[in-house]
Amino acid sequence: MIAKTVDKETIYSYLEEINDPEVPVLSIIDLGIIRDVKMNSDELEVVITPTYTGCPAMDMIVATIKIQLATLGFKKIKVTQVLSPAWTTEWMSEEGKRKLKEYGIAPPNPKQQVCDQKLFAAAEAVQCPHCNSYHTHRISEFGSTACKALYQCDDCKEPFDYFKCH
Amino acid sequence: MSPFIDYTLHLGDNSLILGQKNAEWCGHGPVLEQDIAITNISLDLIGQARNFYQYAATLIGDGTTEDSLAYLRKEREFKNLLLVEQPNGDWGQTILRQFFFSQYQYLLFQQLQNSSDKHIAAIAEKSLKEVTYHLRWSSEWVIRLGDGTDESHQRMQKAIDELWRYTGEMFEAASYETHVDLSTIKEQWINKVKKVFDEATLQMPVKIFMQTGGKEGKHTEHLGYILTELQYMQRAYPGCEW
Repeated sequence: MIAKTVDKETIYSYLEEINDPEVPVLSIIDLGIIRDVKMNSDELEVVITPTYTGCPAMDMIVATIKIQLATLGFKKIKVTQVLSPAWTTEWMSEEGKRKLKEYGIAPPNPKQQVCDQKLFAAAEAVQCPHCNSYHTHRISEFGSTACKALYQCDDCKEPFDYFKCH
Repeated sequence: MSPFIDYTLHLGDNSLILGQKNAEWCGHGPVLEQDIAITNISLDLIGQARNFYQYAATLIGDGTTEDSLAYLRKEREFKNLLLVEQPNGDWGQTILRQFFFSQYQYLLFQQLQNSSDKHIAAIAEKSLKEVTYHLRWSSEWVIRLGDGTDESHQRMQKAIDELWRYTGEMFEAASYETHVDLSTIKEQWINKVKKVFDEATLQMPVKIFMQTGGKEGKHTEHLGYILTELQYMQRAYPGCEW
């Protein structure tokens, strides 16, 4: 393929194919971490933002973007990281939230409830992704990856991950 | 090296060393959930350090990288606070160290997110989201342990005796530290700590002599051991990759 004939839409469709290595059901588009795609003849720049500061998946995502787009014929592919404005779970697509739930991870609540300093605040009401009950409780506000908290359903008793709001 | 680069390294060093200390708990936490919590915090801190080091490396130029800053500097070149290099001790001491530091970082980053330097402001803005979690988690644990059993209360009080002398340094400006108003941070920090201690039924310490020097590279004996472990691979096998 020749880079000059490639439009942004094609780039995005290629990016849509790349999944988050830690939550493989989500594409990086679903996650909302692609900020911009800039093209200048045969040079391409993809601007991304990390979800969490120490997210170990970022290096792998950068490498995968380069490999995935290499087939499009660009001479130079640059992936730039920007931090500000900081990523928020509000940028996650509705499609992404639906996929998360299907996968067994409770999607982030639409309104941020826990990102304040109040101590011993009642745990956020999170819907169980398995049986849809709201009778759930938080086991730990840190989970298997930086972006998740651990919950358990009081009705079906299943433990589950909650993609915490950020 | 310019004062601003020194300051950026100081911020990175604080995060790296505390991240390294917390990581020692991996697999040793008192319960699984808290083991995961402390190591998650570790990951956030090391992520902060990477951001600061990457920025410092571009300012320094000359082929310096985030890795050479972390793995190839000597003890006297590290500018971290004495507080973050103190031993983990028991769970209470680790919690208290985290609480003191997170409360400080929370106030500091609030100021730094308005920094005239766009890079520092962006790192502070991004990190604040995570620091808020660290602060809430560690505050709750200080209260839980302080207001817990006789044993846990006693241990927390002992941890305060152990660590308080390293808190004064946070508010003593180093020669390169001209970007923040430390006296405001000090006042807010004392008030917040007092509030948590009151709720935890812990005594606020009396005025004591404060240890300083870390910011200028004069450390306690503990940092050498930390770096020995942290830098082992690059020292034993220079340039080693995996």
